[in-house]
This record gives sequence, C-alpha cells and structure tokens, in this order.
Amino acid sequence: MSDQNTQAAHPPAPAHATADHHEHPTWKQYKWVAFWLTLITAVEVWVYYTPFKESSLFAPTLLVMSAVKFTMVVAYYMHIKYDHWIFKRLFLLGLSIATVTILALLFLFGKLKIGG
Amino acid sequence: MATAVAHASDGHAGDSGHGEHAHYTTTGLEHRKIAIWAFIGSECMLFASLISTYLIYKGRSKVGPMPHEFSCKVSNVVASTADGVAALGCAAADVMKPILDIPVTSQSTFVLLMSSLAMVLALEGVENHGKPGYDRWFKGSKFWLAMTALMGAAFLGYQAYEFTAFVHEGLTIKTNLFGSSFFTLTGFHGAHVSAGVLWLLTLLAIDMKRGLKGKNDVLVVDICALYWHFVDVVWIAIFTLIYLIQ
Amino acid sequence: MATTAAPAPIGTHAGASYGHGEPTGIWSWLTTVDHKRIGTLYLWTALTFFLVGGIEALIMRMQLMGPNGQLVSAEVFNQLFTMHGTTMVFLAIMPLSAAFFNYLIPLQIGARDVAFPRLNAFSYWVYLFGGIFMTVPIFFSAAPNAGWFGYAPLTTMQFSGGLNIDFWVIGLQILGISSLAAAFNFITTIINMRAPGMTLMRMPIFTWMSFVVQFLLILAFPAITVALVFLLFDRFFGTQFYELAAGADPLLWQHLFWVFGHPEVYILILPAFGLASEILPTFSKKPLFGYNVMVYSGIMIGFLGFGVWAHHMFAVGMGATADTIFAMATLLIGIPTGVKIFNWIATMWGGQLRFVTAMKFAVAMVALFTIGGISGVMHASPPTDLQQTDTYFIVAHFHYVLFGGSIMGIMGGIYFYFPKMTGRYLSEKLGSLHFWFFFIGMNVTFFPMHYSGMLGMPRRIYTYDAGQGWDQFNWWSTIGTILMFVGAIFFIINFFKSRKAGAIAPNDAWGAGTLEWSIPSPPPDYNFAQLPVVTSRYPLWDLKHPEMTADIAHSAPDEMTITDSHAVPMHEETEYKTAKELGIPMPFPTIKPLFAALFLVVMFSGLIFIHVGMFALAMTITIGGAALFVGTLYGWLTSPLE
Repeated sequence: MSDQNTQAAHPPAPAHATADHHEHPTWKQYKWVAFWLTLITAVEVWVYYTPFKESSLFAPTLLVMSAVKFTMVVAYYMHIKYDHWIFKRLFLLGLSIATVTILALLFLFGKLKIGG
Repeated sequence: MATAVAHASDGHAGDSGHGEHAHYTTTGLEHRKIAIWAFIGSECMLFASLISTYLIYKGRSKVGPMPHEFSCKVSNVVASTADGVAALGCAAADVMKPILDIPVTSQSTFVLLMSSLAMVLALEGVENHGKPGYDRWFKGSKFWLAMTALMGAAFLGYQAYEFTAFVHEGLTIKTNLFGSSFFTLTGFHGAHVSAGVLWLLTLLAIDMKRGLKGKNDVLVVDICALYWHFVDVVWIAIFTLIYLIQ
Repeated sequence: MATTAAPAPIGTHAGASYGHGEPTGIWSWLTTVDHKRIGTLYLWTALTFFLVGGIEALIMRMQLMGPNGQLVSAEVFNQLFTMHGTTMVFLAIMPLSAAFFNYLIPLQIGARDVAFPRLNAFSYWVYLFGGIFMTVPIFFSAAPNAGWFGYAPLTTMQFSGGLNIDFWVIGLQILGISSLAAAFNFITTIINMRAPGMTLMRMPIFTWMSFVVQFLLILAFPAITVALVFLLFDRFFGTQFYELAAGADPLLWQHLFWVFGHPEVYILILPAFGLASEILPTFSKKPLFGYNVMVYSGIMIGFLGFGVWAHHMFAVGMGATADTIFAMATLLIGIPTGVKIFNWIATMWGGQLRFVTAMKFAVAMVALFTIGGISGVMHASPPTDLQQTDTYFIVAHFHYVLFGGSIMGIMGGIYFYFPKMTGRYLSEKLGSLHFWFFFIGMNVTFFPMHYSGMLGMPRRIYTYDAGQGWDQFNWWSTIGTILMFVGAIFFIINFFKSRKAGAIAPNDAWGAGTLEWSIPSPPPDYNFAQLPVVTSRYPLWDLKHPEMTADIAHSAPDEMTITDSHAVPMHEETEYKTAKELGIPMPFPTIKPLFAALFLVVMFSGLIFIHVGMFALAMTITIGGAALFVGTLYGWLTSPLE
C-alpha cells in the first residue's frame, strides 16, 4: 500500500462505479491468447521429446514458457491488466508470498542449492 | 471450496430487485469481486503448499512406480537429489518405468486451456446479451457456458482415466510418497475443477431458465470466470512442474 | 442510493436507551446477521472458552505446585496442555479479536454492516460448532494430547492411535474455514465500505491492524490446511506424508505448521496492538504519535512475519545458512515492533493521562509485551535458543507476549468498548481489582518461569523430582495463577453486574475521537442514520475539540464531495429511530448460515466413525452432511439478502 495509491483511493467514488467502465480485452485478443497458449504448450511437449530434455537449460526454459502462459491467462482472460489496481494487488500479494514460500521450502529441504 | 461459492455470492445474491442501485461503496467496485480476488490470493498459498510438498518428496520414494524414467544422468536442479539416488540405487532404477503419461496429459491440458477461451466467450455473451449478432447460438452465453462445463468435465474424464491407469500399474495414494503427494495435489486441483463445473452448470441452468443479462449477471459470471481461469493457471504450473520437468 | 430515504432530521431527545424496536429472544440471536450481535456472540463464546482454557491451566499449575504432584495422570496432563494451548490460541484469543473485528470495524469506518452479513453469521456458527467439537472430548478423557502444534509423525496413527488426534485435526480444519470466511469478509468490508472521505490513511489504527491481520489469515491458514489434510489422509486413508519408513521427512509438518504458525503469532497480537492504540490516545488526550509509522510498522510486521517461521525450529539442525537467515529476519522484526512501543510511549508523553481501568490494561500491555519482546530477541539468536528451547523460559516468553500482550490489550478493549456495546460502564472499582490481580498474578506466574527454564526445567513434563532447584519457582507460578483466577472472578462479577446496573454511558463514553463514538450506545441496528463525511483521522475530535487535532492533516473542505449517498458532514447522532422509519434496507434475519455451519461440521465429524470401525456410518454421515451443506448453500445463495 504505497502512499500514492492510498491517496488515489480518496475521492468518494460515485455509487455507479466508474471502475466498471474499464477498457476491455477484445475478441481478437482472446483468440490470439488462445493461439499462443496452444503453441507454447505444443512447444513444451515437443522439447520434452528432444535431446534438449537432458540439457541443464531444459527446466529453466520450461519454467519461462509456463510463466508466460500463466501471465497471459491472468492478464487477458482474468482481465487483470484492464481492471482496478486493487485486484492486481490482492492477487500479487498472494502470488508473491506463495512463490517465496515455495522457493524457501525448496532451499530448506535441499532441493535447490546456491551454485548448483 | 464451499466457502468460495458462499463468499462469492453472498452480498447481493438473488437481488434482482435491487440489482441496479447498489449501496455506497468506497471504491465503486463490487464487494463480491474484491472477495473473489482475495480468495484467489489465498488459494495461491494453498497450491504453493501442495506443490512444495510434491517437489520436496520428489525422488524420495522408497518403492516404485516413479513419475519419470529414472536415470543416474539426470542432473537438473529440481530433479532427484543425491539422497534420492542413494535411496534408490542406480541398478534398481534402470528397470523402473516412468508412469506419467505425457501424451494423454498434454491433451487434457489443451482441453483445459481451451475451456478458458470458452469461458471468456461466455462472459462476452452475457455482457452483450441482446446486442445485434449475439443472438446467434454460437455467440451466446448458453453455448459457451455449456462448452466450458463440457471441457471441464472432459478434463475430469482424462483425470479419471489417468488415475485408473495408475492404479492398474500399481500406484495408489498409499503406495509411496510420490503416490501420496501426486494424488493429493492433482486431486485437490480436480476437486476445484469439479466445483467449477458444478458452478458453471448452475449458471447454465439459470441462463436456460431466465437468461443471464444485466449488470448483476455479468458480475456473477465474471466471478465464476475468474475462479475458472485461476484453476486453469494452477494447472499450467502443475503441468510444467510435475509432468514435464524431471 | 435510491434505496435510502431522504435524510432524517437530527432529533433532540438524547439519552435514549434500549427498546428501539429491535427483536429480542433466542430466535433473533440464532438468525441474526447484524455484525454487532455476531460480535457479541463471539465475545460471550470466546470468554467462555477463555475460562475453560484458564481452568485447564489452573489444574496444570496445581499439579506442578510441588515436586511429584499426583493430581492428574501423565495422560490427562498431556490432554490439558494440548487443550490449553489449542483453546487459548484458536478458541479464545482469535475469537476475542474476532469479536472486536465484528463489532468495531463497521463502526470505525462508518459502515452499516460488513460486506457479507450472512457469511459473517456463518463464520461465527462454524467457530462455535468447531469449538464444541474439539472441547467436548476432554470430558471423556479423549481430548487431543500431542501439543497445540501437533507435530507429525508423533500425531500419526503409529504413535497416536486413539481418537484424540482425530478430534484435533478435524476441529482445526473446521476452525480454519471459519477464520478464512471471516477474513475475506473483513478485507472486502475495509476496502469497500469506508465512509466518504475515510482514506486508508485516515482509518482508525485498530481497523488498520485488523486489516493486516486479515491478510495474515488468508495467507497463513492455507499452509496449515494443507498440513492438516496430509495428516488427515495419513490417519484415515493410509497416505505416507509423515511415514518415516517410507522416506518421509520428519520436518515437513514442522515447516508447514510454522509457515502458518508464525504469522499466527501476529494474528494474535496485532488486534491487541490496535486496541491499545485506540485507548492510549483517548486517555492521553492526544492524537496517536506517529500514526503513519504505526501503520507502516504494522504492515512491516505482517510481511516479515512470513519470513521468520524457521526460528521455531533452530534445534532441529537446519544448518548454519538457514539458521543465520532466519535469525536475521527475526531480529529485524524487533525494529517495527520497537517502533510501536516508542510511539505508544510518545503518545502518552506530555498528555493528560487518565488512569481508568482500560488505560491501566493498555499501559500494562505495552510494558509486559516489551518484556516478552525482549526475551523473544534473546532466542532469535540460534546459540542462545539452543539453551532455551523446550524449557520453561520459552513458556515465560510467549505468555508475556500472549497474556501480557494480547490478553491485557483485549481486556483493555473490553473495558473501553463495553459502554458502546451495552450503554453502560463496567464498574471502575471492580475493574481496578481485576486489573491488579491480573497484573500481579501474571507476573508472579510467568516471571519465575524464566528462572525455572534457565535451570533446565523442560516444558510439558507432568511432574518432577525435588531437589533440582525448580521447586520454589513452581510454587510461585501456581500462586500467581490463583491470583489471576481471583482477578477473573472480579471480572465475571463486574461483567454480569454492570450489564444490568452499570452507570449509563453516553454516546461518547470516554471522549474519544473516532466514528464509533458519534452514534448512540448501544448503536441502533443500522449504525449510522446518515453516513458521515470524514476529513481527518479523529473526526469526532474535529467536531468537539478542534484544538486537539490542530496538528494532524485534514483535507480542505472543498475537497469533500458529498455524493448522492446521503452522506452528510461529520455530526453526532443522538436519536433512535427504527431502520424502517429511516427507510434503511436491513438484511433479513436468516437461519440458513447456522444450518450451513451445522451441516459442514456434521460432514467433517462423520470421519471420526472411520476409526471406531463403522466405515459405512462414517460415509453416510459425511456424504449426507456434504449434501445437506450444498443444499443449504443453494438455498442461501438464491434467497435475497434484504
């Protein structure tokens, strides 16, 4: 809750929410997102069957692809990109604490190590 | 999960009488939408705990079956640790067969991803109810709600197939740590999908009965959609972390 | 907007008391969705559990008064300390805080109710039924017996075969649902129902601390939910999460538990901080010193609270790196906490102090929490912690924090807000006795535990031999507990007597500055006849004592926009009219949340029968309960709120 945001919430908003008239993802965007989701999934499965699977870059590559898919669904299908900042904060708060907790637990149980 | 439904629809549930003139709110946002986002934030932590446990226990099972082909060459960061290798012994590992069925799961993943597309189109249908062009069956909310529910059900079908196949190969929730953590994690996700399908079918029934339209209905469908997409993104994470990365 | 009628003129016949057309009788309580009534229910229930937890403590102290005590068996002692911890944490302190969340948050932010009134009722009933479910087995000597933290694998079937742990696992799962549902509700309420002009940085500090606590709840509870699900599956369905022979890690439970458990500590203390931050300025006749810093340090405590959990586990040998990181994070938390303590002191500095009972409790809270905080900093250091862990030193530390901090703060809150809730003051004379017995008794009980702990007395032992240097410290601890009980008796007498015969309290019982004091005591069911427009942190002081708030920020009058929501400039409301007369739509009373809660608990409790060999019965109850729950939910969601 940074200061400018708390300030931004000030003016008593009129009851008929202005926030509802947000910009909206379009049909076209929905279909493009679906296209990319399919394509990335196909690539993910494809690399699984290539020798790249044995590479040490395999896991990071897959994680990045998965993160892209994750972000696209959240940004467009869940229209967080176009919605009120409060929703974004609520989600990112949960997501960031969850991510840090996973990483901390993996380090604590020796699944991740600094310097391999 | 039940609380999800409860809090998401408490505020003005069934308030078709009051629909358009809501109470004063500070932000101009709807109560229910704030609550569902808080709920989704909380769910992140739930799945984080489940996924962490799966990853922590990966490679620690003392008996098979194992998720992936086991080989001593595997050397990426999240894969089997030295502990795991020692516990299993490389000789034994050579004969272990992988159990995760990537082709089948890729299909179910695709189905679930496409259900999200159907969901946004359903919401679009409700938002544009009665507008020119939206009276055609393949543009309306009924069709897309039904499609979303159908694809959700198909995903559950894939999961039932997968679980049954595993049991036939000798992996149950009691067999080893992999079985316990795998079935619990994917089972929790499956339970979320089931609740979502039930929710979608309820909306579809309302749509059939009186038609979903107007500001309040858009909100109700939007909230269900947010939940549905969240369940989808959780699967995106699970597919990569559990199925693809060894 | 259109639903609210034209603003009613402010009446003049002040001093009205009860009898403004609100229904009474048991049915009205079972079906209530009014946040004030639900708050009252929370208060009564939680105080009852507080007494139960206290009696458990008293029996333990009687057992330990001298060496080789014979009052209870080792098994009963196990159940006593387990239920004492579980009761105090989940059934007493959290719900006492919830009582204040319910009662105060809407009043402090100028709202007519919470965002989801029926969900609010549901939270309470789940809590009540869950609490009963977990407490009743103690009368059959089958209460949970593995400590409030239920470490697995100790709690797996192999080591705890009885039903005891089943009650604990299922009971906690039920209580988690209650807390989560309430937390989503309050987050929405605070974000979305503040009166016009009440920006986040003008919210009363209690509401702020509650806001932080709700986030701690929604982010911490999932971790224990998952840990409990694993344990439940291990016990009922044969999974191997905590099965060491199958390769399970004995630390998995500990980590998941403390990922929840440490934020839980702040869930217990922050509401008390908030209450003290309301009481101290009122009786110092000064605005809170460093409001912004108080808010930021509360948020900081919340964030850091997620990064320190492993300091509960230094003794398990996590390695130097992990120990160092968690030790540093723990020491860091001392900073925002210390900032708060200095701000409270600075608030009192130079003020016109009035030591009424509420103020005594608040000041004691600051002092005693400081002692507990300092011993906390001591075992933030792993080498020191290795000497102290699992000894009575730790018991001393967390009782200074939880009794000295949470309970003293909450007691202050009860004395402070009782006039608002009932329209009558609690007796100062009995209150003073209550305070001094609590204060002295608390120190006599817990201070000697620092010594018995340093002399090596382990926690949770049911008896001990003479001649280890612990005898006199234990004797004193028991005497202190008895003193606290005498204090509790004064409190009970005071509570019951003052409800009926206490001095009548006006709107603004203490000369405080926040919105809840601008409406009648007790408040009418709609709270505010007209929503007040807020221009600073202490709207009521702006109105009555502008000189007191001259130094704090106000918004310029032209910045205020009075919308079509019938908000009017800050004012005092003195007259009682019914909601109907004012045309304010009120939520319908409904029994559905109670039944939903009941069926939910039935669903969970069916599982118990699996372990007594009645699998078919268990499944019938569980599936039947689930079906009834879902059915009730549909009925609930399809009936209109108001």
